[in-house]
Amino acid sequence: MRQIRIHGRGGQGVVTAAEMLARAGFLAGHEVQAIPSFGSERTGAPVVSYCRFDDAPLRTREPVLVPDVVLVQDPTLLATGGVFAGLATGGLVIVDTTTSAVEVREAAGAQEVEATVVTIPATSITLRHLGRPKPAAAMLAAYAASAGDVTLDAVTQVFRERFPGAVGEANAAAADEAFAFVREELTGSTESETDAAALEAREV
Amino acid sequence: MREVLEGSQAVARTVARCRPGVVCAYPISPQTHIVEALSAMARTGELADCEYVNVESEFSAMSVSIGASAAGSRAYTATASQGLLYMAEAVFNAAGMGLPIVMTVANRAIGAPINIWNDHSDAMALRDSGWLQLYAADNQEAADLHVIAFAAAEELEIPAMVCMDGFVLTHATDVLELPTAAQIDAFLPRFAPRQALDIDHPTTIGTMAGPESFTETKYLQHRRFLDAAGVLAAWSERFHEAFGREAGGLVSRYTPDTLDRARDAAPADDGDVTVIAMGSVLGTLQAALPALRAEGVPVRLVGIGSYRPFPAEALRAALGGSRHVVVIDRALELGSGGVLTGDVGRALAGTRSRVHSVVAGLGGRPILEESLRAVVRRAHAGQLGPLELLDLKEGGVPVPHEGATEVHR
Amino acid sequence: MSVVHIPFLQTGTLAVGGRLLSEDERSLQSQADRPSSLTKGHRACQGCAEALAARWVMDTAVEASGGRLIVANATGCLEVFSTLYPESAWKPPWIHSLFANAAAVATGIASALHAQGRDDVRVLAQGGDGGTVDIGLAAVSGMFERNDDVLYVCYDNQGYMNTGVQRSSATPAAARTATTPAVGRSPGQAFGQGKSMVKIAMAHEIPYVASATPADLRDLEAKVRTAMAMHGARYLHVLVPCPVGWGSESSQSIALARAAVQSGIFPVIEARAGELTEVQRIRERADVEEYLRPQARFAHLFKPGGDDALARWRALAEANIRRYDLLGERS
Repeated sequence: MRQIRIHGRGGQGVVTAAEMLARAGFLAGHEVQAIPSFGSERTGAPVVSYCRFDDAPLRTREPVLVPDVVLVQDPTLLATGGVFAGLATGGLVIVDTTTSAVEVREAAGAQEVEATVVTIPATSITLRHLGRPKPAAAMLAAYAASAGDVTLDAVTQVFRERFPGAVGEANAAAADEAFAFVREELTGSTESETDAAALEAREV
Repeated sequence: MREVLEGSQAVARTVARCRPGVVCAYPISPQTHIVEALSAMARTGELADCEYVNVESEFSAMSVSIGASAAGSRAYTATASQGLLYMAEAVFNAAGMGLPIVMTVANRAIGAPINIWNDHSDAMALRDSGWLQLYAADNQEAADLHVIAFAAAEELEIPAMVCMDGFVLTHATDVLELPTAAQIDAFLPRFAPRQALDIDHPTTIGTMAGPESFTETKYLQHRRFLDAAGVLAAWSERFHEAFGREAGGLVSRYTPDTLDRARDAAPADDGDVTVIAMGSVLGTLQAALPALRAEGVPVRLVGIGSYRPFPAEALRAALGGSRHVVVIDRALELGSGGVLTGDVGRALAGTRSRVHSVVAGLGGRPILEESLRAVVRRAHAGQLGPLELLDLKEGGVPVPHEGATEVHR
Repeated sequence: MSVVHIPFLQTGTLAVGGRLLSEDERSLQSQADRPSSLTKGHRACQGCAEALAARWVMDTAVEASGGRLIVANATGCLEVFSTLYPESAWKPPWIHSLFANAAAVATGIASALHAQGRDDVRVLAQGGDGGTVDIGLAAVSGMFERNDDVLYVCYDNQGYMNTGVQRSSATPAAARTATTPAVGRSPGQAFGQGKSMVKIAMAHEIPYVASATPADLRDLEAKVRTAMAMHGARYLHVLVPCPVGWGSESSQSIALARAAVQSGIFPVIEARAGELTEVQRIRERADVEEYLRPQARFAHLFKPGGDDALARWRALAEANIRRYDLLGERS
């Protein structure tokens, strides 16, 4: 089973991100489940959502306690604590930020946590393509680039289906760029920590 | 076709395919996504030949449903929590007049303190309203139950609530296979009420009944309710034949080791600890209990599909001689224990089973697999008392800790 | 030879029977084949103006709809005296659900009929002032706001008579009820309370709002016909004197209704889309005392200390006369 937790703020599409990730996972052949956090709808409030992939139908309704992957859509959430909470040993943390993995760890007080941290300026990329700070597609593309159990095509497809027309295309374009960014980050010499082998081993 | 759908969307689409004549809506979390989806379908034409009425309160939502049903149309509405209580008077009234309205209850706690999250206090408060109360274990069943609910309600002339855990199911996205419109057309008979407001056959509905006739009226209602268990079971059987999957039914049984839902699973044994639960926690139990079996704890699982009518006979059959019965209850009868536990206790009166009430998940507190395993272990060891509140934080103001309670934001 | 003096009003346009008129000018109630929608055998009190008005209203609505009328009734006297199981005094299809929901039940019926393609069948909802002005106001307002195709009729007897004459928000100032006793410094219902359901209805700008009394059968029938010729939400407010609740002679119900109109206390009006379009002028002006004195609920007004309240009542009548130009002074 792969368990994913998504952090963001109300209005960023955190709940949509989990649902879209589930849809992309389904296209990739997984059994899937997405669970939003259940709060009153207030713009700007911290929001958490969850997603699970598995080979067998998912039965549990427990919130994800030990995520393999954490997506962080707003770097200001790092300082609030909790982003690294419960992270599985050797887990993956993908953060929407223009800063580096080292700075992410510092902000979160997680210098010693055994995890891979990938950074992606998802909101910046999305603003260029979509014009609105809704970084879900870029974040999921970053997930596809680093986790391996969902394809970029699946990510762009679900956004095109949900938002037919210009919005879907803009999301797809943001996803393409984010995917390329992370792939380069993981294979190139950027500041992100990479341990492709460890990630491959965690794939479902 | 298997597809990825939010629970509320699944319910809305299935309801639309049941071809209601009147759908009434008043917003309250967590049922809003259902009526929002239906409003869109009413405008796009996917919900055809249907009047979608935005009303000014839940009381009017049920009242409009009463008028629509009495005039011979299939009527549907959805509510939760305070909304269900706000319409309570009309809920009883609909049942008393034998109007087979179907209503989704997205189960939610009752204030004060105000709380928008899931438990079963709302529907439990109306357990004696004369409605069928069917509980969905997951979103597939939540969708399917609506088809069964219309069929059974209309045959019995008893209204039906389909209860699904608010947020936990309504807002969760799962892989589902919805009945198609054609399948439902073939399965669900047309609504043909025996009595309706009809200008060609004028009738008076809703008269006053005095002391000389009220008892008899209630007795007839009771007799009709006694028929409900058989009718529900029969419709679930027909559903299984038509769609090839389990939905509804009075009691759900599970295989001992894999915890798969299986109607022919053997009853529990004397030495087993049997967990009884209702709603979405059944899924969490299915996921949690195999590890206990592997530890050597002889645990079994039984689900309640129909809370009203309460399936005492089917429950006793599924429990076999199980000595330790642990009821996972999502509503608290103050000063007593779990509400469902009370019904289970009454059903098991005179047996040798000992009933433990575990009140869990009040006001949206997540029910954790490890917590469930822990109480079952203690029940097996003879250490579980008659009443326990799962994961109760003692000694001060509860402060959410990291991880499990993040959903409380 | 003894001579019976028949005032013109008893045989002219205001007459109940109107049998002195040519056939086509007669009221529906003077016809032998009137529908008698509320038929004999019901248990209304002697002199109940609500029973009378309800039959007249519904007969007219049944006729206007070509016999295609469904009725939703709120809990109250009208429901209780007409449908004690296993009997029913109603000829049209009729439903009673609850006290506060007649308007919403009617919406449900109208919605179902529309969904069934039966727009030829019309829907009427009715209730007393408690079920309309008080507990049912939200549902009535909701039905108005949605402009549902329902004619709602309120039979206003100015209190909770079914439960033993308690005050409602339609109870007039100074009136003694079981919960506003005629004791203390300001006996009876307080001045300044209450609300005008007609004005509330008009504020919704629904197609048609009217007030009427059983003292003027032709006017009542005409207003029901007008309402039935229209679609959307329509409201008719009928003042119905209640001998039990008002403490009046059962023979005086029609006279009291007339006095309420002729004194200016109860303006009889029509409004369309929120605009006042018709006002019935006072024909033969009556003093408010003519209306108040026959009612035991106002007896304290005519005892020492009652002058002040009586003066305030006159002021109320004057205010209505000015507001609605009931004497035709402005035109």
